[in-house]
Amino acid sequence: MESVQIRRIILQQAKRAGVGHIGSALSVADIISALYGSVLSIPNPGHPDRDRFILSNGHAALALYAALYLKGWLTEGDLDTYCSNNSLLGVHPESRVTGIDFCTGSLGQGLTYGAGAALAARLQQSRRRIFVLLSDGECNEGSIWEAVMFAAHHGLSNLIVVIDLNGQQAFGYTSQVLNLHPLIARWQAFGWDAQAVDGHNVEELESAMNALETTSGPPHVIVANTVAGKGVSFMEHQIKWHYWPMSDEEYRQAIDDIEDFR
Amino acid sequence: MRNTFIRTLIELAERDERILLLTSDLGYMALETFAERFPQRFFNVGIAEQNMIGLATGLAEAGFIPFAYSIAPFAVLRPYEFIRNGPIAHHLPVRIVGMGGGLEYGYDGISHYGHDDIGVLRVQPGITILTPADYEQARSALLSTCHLPGPIYYRLSKDDHSIIPELNGRFELGRTECITQGKDLLIIAMGSIAGEAYQAVQDLKQQGIGASLLVAASINPPPLDDLRKKLSGHRLAVTVEAHHITGGLGSMVAEILAESGGRCKLVRCGIEEPLDGVVGSQRYLYDKYGLSGQMIAAKALAALQQIGSSKGSTYE
Repeated sequence: MESVQIRRIILQQAKRAGVGHIGSALSVADIISALYGSVLSIPNPGHPDRDRFILSNGHAALALYAALYLKGWLTEGDLDTYCSNNSLLGVHPESRVTGIDFCTGSLGQGLTYGAGAALAARLQQSRRRIFVLLSDGECNEGSIWEAVMFAAHHGLSNLIVVIDLNGQQAFGYTSQVLNLHPLIARWQAFGWDAQAVDGHNVEELESAMNALETTSGPPHVIVANTVAGKGVSFMEHQIKWHYWPMSDEEYRQAIDDIEDFR
Repeated sequence: MRNTFIRTLIELAERDERILLLTSDLGYMALETFAERFPQRFFNVGIAEQNMIGLATGLAEAGFIPFAYSIAPFAVLRPYEFIRNGPIAHHLPVRIVGMGGGLEYGYDGISHYGHDDIGVLRVQPGITILTPADYEQARSALLSTCHLPGPIYYRLSKDDHSIIPELNGRFELGRTECITQGKDLLIIAMGSIAGEAYQAVQDLKQQGIGASLLVAASINPPPLDDLRKKLSGHRLAVTVEAHHITGGLGSMVAEILAESGGRCKLVRCGIEEPLDGVVGSQRYLYDKYGLSGQMIAAKALAALQQIGSSKGSTYE
């Protein structure tokens, strides 16, 4: 699964539907590519021992839909209903969609589900792993830290958090809204195994995630350094692309940019 | 109900390994029996109610039946959005146990009262809401609903001694339980305050007034048929709840009555004004808010007089 395929679908669908959140979806495109390309073990979406993935920053759902389509769990027809009437594919993920385990959209909830899912796997003596993708701004939520403490206390080594550290949230840069620095040290202080990676280097993401010890020890956090809007020159680092939809001209430019970026 | 509920939960857990018990650090001197019997299936998650409901959601998705325990406002209000987006949105069998619904934690103050838990949950049609009136009914309610699909809220009392006479532990989902039959008025009670409603029935009986008393322990699904039938046979209905008069039993009965086109007058006994911070025993607070048996009877009498009811009807 190539990141450029995910980015292309993000842009196509966002343009067709006239919907925003493009910057966040592009920010996580390489993380999603690594997860669904080689990291997640999901024989089929109904398999009880499949790895679980929770997109806690649900507003990046378009990247997830693209991966589900590329895995063959959504059809092109499904994808083309994105943000249409009578579709299950909304701006935020819905668990009635094949391949989506948990509804998200309200920030700060996905990690609590993930901690429960990780505890469940351990109680069932399953080796399945639980991956939770958080946005950095989402770490403003107090409930994140409730779950962080619980997972560390119970040694949920099968719980892997990836933080999309693009330094932006809706109204501005995280350093200006509510400073998260030093993020890695904070997670470490809560008892997590923490490391930083290049969130746009799929190979680095894959090898970091595949190397984790998930049968014993602490839970893991991978802080993925990313750029909001990555791959589209005029969107990168720009606050407005958290919500903004594209004009026809911007769409043409964006498609050209991601083909060059591959 | 608390000890009975935990004892019954242990019985169920003996037969069903999917049952887990979570607490957000409450239930001291009550949950230990479960924790000792099933140390691997008991989790004190710390004082973190949002995480407790999120954990329960993740556990239930994997096939467990987690019970999440706290005092009613902490079980419902603090993690309310987690309940909505978690077990309700995913239709998962999370069981939320709210202790001390109403004014039972009387000396603890407003923070500990469960006077609004039913109102906020009743606007979520995807959760079963059960409000047993005594420990025998709590046991029946748990036994008969533990394996239902989807989430359940059990609103319980700490009281493991009082019983509602004639209830005999009866419980049926979507039904009311009839305690007394009388022609002059209908009293409908939710939760352990049914004991006060029963007292009101006795007071009225001494004055020659016959009251039917229903215990409503199934708030969702609502007991539509039972209430429609009973309401159509009376000129006056009085609801009794340790809850604000908006959102809870009184509202539910008002909705059913209005939609069924009934001509029965309705009097809602519950907390009418904003709480003022004054603490006291549950008994004291029932008096303060007009919810003692005597005061319920007085309100019923006044309403009967207003609608021109003739005294001296036969008590059945």
